[in-house]
Amino acid sequence: MKTPDQVYKIHIDATPEKVWSAIIDPEFTKQYWFGNANVAAKWEKGAPWQHQGMDSGTLYHGGIIEDIVPNERLVLSWSNSADDPDVSRVTFTLTSKDGGTDLVIIHGDFIEGSSMAISVSKGWPNVIANMKEFLEHGVTKNLKTACDCI
Amino acid sequence: MGNMDEDSVFKALADASRRDFLDALRKKSGQSLNDLCEGHAMTRQAVTKHLNILEEANLIVTIRRGREKLHYLNPVPISDIYMRWIGRFEQDRMQALFNLKEALKENDT
Repeated sequence: MKTPDQVYKIHIDATPEKVWSAIIDPEFTKQYWFGNANVAAKWEKGAPWQHQGMDSGTLYHGGIIEDIVPNERLVLSWSNSADDPDVSRVTFTLTSKDGGTDLVIIHGDFIEGSSMAISVSKGWPNVIANMKEFLEHGVTKNLKTACDCI
Repeated sequence: MGNMDEDSVFKALADASRRDFLDALRKKSGQSLNDLCEGHAMTRQAVTKHLNILEEANLIVTIRRGREKLHYLNPVPISDIYMRWIGRFEQDRMQALFNLKEALKENDT
């Protein structure tokens, strides 16, 4: 059976520009994403990206930037390493709404029996809650709810 | 989560049929209206009304895939509820354990 796509939606009281920075600016990311950062030499279509632990430089996962429209849409391929067959796809969609941003994250196109699907389903709700809290209040309460998987 | 958002989440959850739809989507996310109508002795209009209430509360998200509109469970509002109450109880328990440990240490000396 096909592994179902996962969909997460949240409204954040911050402009799409700010939410966008929170996703692609490593200094920004590490403040709410369990200290990890999304890094790319250049955020452009076809370029590689990585999710890194900032202190140790440990690579958690990464892939290719498949599509990018600044402040609107980012599509990333997502796997543990370059030769890992458990590849999936994450799509971030940002829509301006009521002075804030509706952020929809779709993590999908998992392979059959993907273990990545199970681990990220535990991580995304925490990452998203942290991102919202950080953007709206500048703090995160549950930064220590560390998950080694996302 | 704002108070109004929270009200809409709890109102949406205060109905057995709507909870059934969420259960159905938890078992299999990404279902069409036709899929969700199956097994319910309810008109299509009634199902649509329930799904709209769930969508307004952000408990489900709909995405167009070709000609179909698929319904997905959005775990974020329920995760917020968990963090707000369960997370906090957990912290209290940890504090209680810590206090107990300190009290026992004092007894030792």
